[in-house]
Amino acid sequence: MSTASAFSAAQVRDAAPLFAALGDRTRLRLVLRLSGGGPDSIAGLAAKAEVSRQAIRKHLQVLQHAGLVRGQRRGREHVFVLDPARLADAREHLARISKQWDDALGRLKRFVEG
Amino acid sequence: MKSPSTDRIQKTVLLQAQRARVWRALTDHTEFGQWFRVRLENRFEPGKSTSGHVTYPGYEHLRFEVQVERMDAEHDFSFRWHPYAVDPEVDYSQEPTTLVEFKLEAVSQGTRLTVIESGFDKIPAERRVEAFRMNDGGWTTQLENIRKHVDR
Repeated sequence: MSTASAFSAAQVRDAAPLFAALGDRTRLRLVLRLSGGGPDSIAGLAAKAEVSRQAIRKHLQVLQHAGLVRGQRRGREHVFVLDPARLADAREHLARISKQWDDALGRLKRFVEG
Repeated sequence: MKSPSTDRIQKTVLLQAQRARVWRALTDHTEFGQWFRVRLENRFEPGKSTSGHVTYPGYEHLRFEVQVERMDAEHDFSFRWHPYAVDPEVDYSQEPTTLVEFKLEAVSQGTRLTVIESGFDKIPAERRVEAFRMNDGGWTTQLENIRKHVDR
């Protein structure tokens, strides 16, 4: 992951709506809820957040505009999921796993050569 | 330029050790566990699974499980696993796996080992997000910080 100093002006500009979307307690809770519990419906999220469905719907719209969540169908239900593309690109995931393999192979090397 | 695959990871390492030695380090479950950091309960056997607790500091609560595919002595060893199985509460058994293949080749300096992990494109997107919880300094820490902040 890049360090703070490595952010370009464009990245900061792109990130601004993201942080604006996250700059609200209810929305942060929604993000955390979707991150920890997987996809959920407006009704489900409203029940857990103890906020009206109407409010949840509005907050989800803001998060959707920022590209943080997206709606999808689950059977007959409309659910919201965290959008991993916004949180991190697929390649970034691979980079992490790749790093884990580097570490594991480094340990193997010391193990068989030691 | 062709963009790199998001489906597979390939690594090659030159090991200054005989191929038989490397094979043992890979396929003897106790030796494997020493460098991979997992305490496996059963031997590796094609078509069978073995599992055990991770011994990597900070991840001891996790179980590691693999389903062995192939064991072709001193040449090929492969297994399937769930790459983002980081939540002890979740049953990952019905989800797609990735294939991990170790390929050994004797060279003059020792053994050339290639590791290929493939099948990432089939892994559900939500699982990829969870993978971040495995990493210090990533979203794990960030989300935890946020959580503490909002729960105050």
